Amino acid sequence: MTQPEPHLLLRAAPFLRRGLTTPGLMTEVILALVPVILAAVYFFGVSALLVLTATTLGAVATEWLLSPVRPRGVALRDGSAILTGLILGLCLPPGLALWMAFLGGVVAIGLGKLAFGGLGQNLFNPALVGRAFLQAAFPTALTTWVPEGTITEVLSVRSGTFAAPFMQSSVDAVSTATPLGVMKFENVATPVADLLLGNSAGSLGETCGVVIIVCGVFMAWRRLFDWRIPVAILASVAAFSAVVWVFDPQASPSPAFMLGSGGLLFGAVYMATDPVTSPIAPRGVWIFGIGVGALVVLIRLWGGLPEGVMYAILLMNAATPLIDRISQPRGFGRGRAAA
Amino acid sequence: MSSGLFKLSFRHGIHPDEHKDQTAHRPFERMPFADRLILPLRQHTGAPCEPVVGVGAEVRRGQVLATPGGFVSTTLHSPVTGRVTALAARRHPNGQMVPSMEIDTDAYSSQRLPPASSIDWRALTLDGFIEEVQRAGLVGLGGAAFPTHVKYKLPDGRRCERLVVNGCECEPYLTSDHRTMVERPEAVVRGAEIVATMLGAKETVIGVELNKLDAIETLRRVVGEGPTRVIGLNVKYPQGAEKMLIKSIFDLEVPAGKLPIDVGIVVNNVASMAAVADYFDRGQPLIERGVTVAGPGVDRPSNLIVPVGTSVRDVLRHCGLNHETRQVIMGGPMMGMPLASLDVPILKGTSGILAFTDEVVDHTAEYACLKCGRCLEACSNLLNPARLARLARAGRWNELEMNYVMDCMECGACTYACPSGVPVVHLIRAAKTSIRKRKAKGE
Repeated sequence: MTQPEPHLLLRAAPFLRRGLTTPGLMTEVILALVPVILAAVYFFGVSALLVLTATTLGAVATEWLLSPVRPRGVALRDGSAILTGLILGLCLPPGLALWMAFLGGVVAIGLGKLAFGGLGQNLFNPALVGRAFLQAAFPTALTTWVPEGTITEVLSVRSGTFAAPFMQSSVDAVSTATPLGVMKFENVATPVADLLLGNSAGSLGETCGVVIIVCGVFMAWRRLFDWRIPVAILASVAAFSAVVWVFDPQASPSPAFMLGSGGLLFGAVYMATDPVTSPIAPRGVWIFGIGVGALVVLIRLWGGLPEGVMYAILLMNAATPLIDRISQPRGFGRGRAAA
Repeated sequence: MSSGLFKLSFRHGIHPDEHKDQTAHRPFERMPFADRLILPLRQHTGAPCEPVVGVGAEVRRGQVLATPGGFVSTTLHSPVTGRVTALAARRHPNGQMVPSMEIDTDAYSSQRLPPASSIDWRALTLDGFIEEVQRAGLVGLGGAAFPTHVKYKLPDGRRCERLVVNGCECEPYLTSDHRTMVERPEAVVRGAEIVATMLGAKETVIGVELNKLDAIETLRRVVGEGPTRVIGLNVKYPQGAEKMLIKSIFDLEVPAGKLPIDVGIVVNNVASMAAVADYFDRGQPLIERGVTVAGPGVDRPSNLIVPVGTSVRDVLRHCGLNHETRQVIMGGPMMGMPLASLDVPILKGTSGILAFTDEVVDHTAEYACLKCGRCLEACSNLLNPARLARLARAGRWNELEMNYVMDCMECGACTYACPSGVPVVHLIRAAKTSIRKRKAKGE
């Protein structure tokens, strides 16, 4: 009887893997973005798609260009550049000039991720770095909001989309204010129903609260992110704004308005949950989420800007290494529970 | 269900596919005696044994070949009647060449064990009992192969209040403990009774995972109304780890760096208990053991009683090795040893031989760590494996120790759970070795 002589593979235990992969997880998150993208197209027409394409192209091109030369494609395989591009696009105004959107994608990946050493090394959420850059570089364009439309206007391109680089485009056409802007400068609250259903102006992905909540629940169920992060952020925003509201219901917005308006839902579900830039241990995650919520309320109510989600998340990103340091798991048989 | 209500579990951990159906219903068969056996003098944790027979000696089955080389060491017996043909370096499953004894089986022998009277263990003192267990060559059969008698030497001021018998067998694929419980429940309970009596334990608990209902039922029938309890535990890896098992059963955390005996508990594997009964009732020392042979690379997955020293090649030939086999593992798929050669012996601590084909061999590509926290949720030792892996890559030994790297029991749950394919436990294992070496050299 002859026996096969196998060429044995020598690898250390464990020999089994769960079968989850990083590209697989990224793909699922991107799938969970599709409804939000569809909602953006519904409300802001084909311009939304153009902006998203521009940011994604900028992100992917930068990743390809600046990644290690050997096999260039490798860095792209994890799918994170596409995800960053899409998320950046979804937090930009619908009528933004495409070249600006493209530049945002370049900065998000180049400065936000690769400058730190690539995926897993970055301190700040790359998409938010891109957005912060655009906000600093083109403050007017980033605060010019076109009104939401309906399905009949899907094919009309919003003004400004095709503006040539560095030319002063005449943004004379219809422009409007976001619910937070109206609140801040005119003290008029948009009805919460409109906020949830998307009947308001704002960035591409942030206006339709219902879609974001549904996608968030899906992602939490698939365990694509730590559910504690959005829960902590939303709960702390509700709590902090409720305190202010109870004392001064006339001048301050209601907690429901705070929760539904601006980029809070989108930020809490898609941006603060980036695992790389948020704490790893549950205790740290709660601190992180509560911190984001507190900063959002602080900036929105007393800051100079109507919206504060972006800076709140970026600031807590910066605090994450510190939070990680103080929120390590305790170790089995150590601390209070040790027998 | 009932165990769910009482929360018989530990925190974190993983749920790998069990793959136990292949062999769970296959009764033990006796592996024929091989022509030649290789017996490394060190098959256990601790000092190697010292040979008492020379090359050319005729030995009987069950005869002592080597005596303990220290307290943390044990006795080696001949698994066959035959002749010692060499006392030289031979390949150990871990890859090293180690001093070993080679025995050629006498083809004409009946291989019957010489009749031995049972030992009146009740007449023994604890120290006498410990000596007998060492004389029996017993080691923990769960995989670590720690000499059993060492566990019975209670440190000064410690008493053994409870005996825990470990029937978790939480490693996927392995079913030899399961079969032992189903086929030899009397021996398991008898061994536990002997040990509990000698140690003066007030309570004996046999912990079995709920995926082995037939074993639980059989053991309960044998135990009857006695003081021994059989407890079903929710299935989770690594429940078979002593400290996790204690946490599951008694909701008690053994302090880090301490042993179960420090909280008055001794933990023994079910097969070890059966081996204790075999020695004290029938005089049979540890010369053979139950081994699960499974995996997609094996044509006839089986549970075998294998004489210690039989080569892996003989075992796989007996069960039929598939041409697609790419990986052969000694032990379980989570903590076992990869084999580079089939010409290595089954040891006292070998619970299984697994042959994996390409469809099971892990081909995960490695991506950057995203700090997703899945390893944290897998780590039943409540460590932060992602952080440890990062520190290990950077060689930051002090910080590693501050993050309790030495507490890691290397169960591999973190690596199993990692979506980025980071070899977390490998990095930690290497770091622990480096730290130990530095300690030995320096301070």
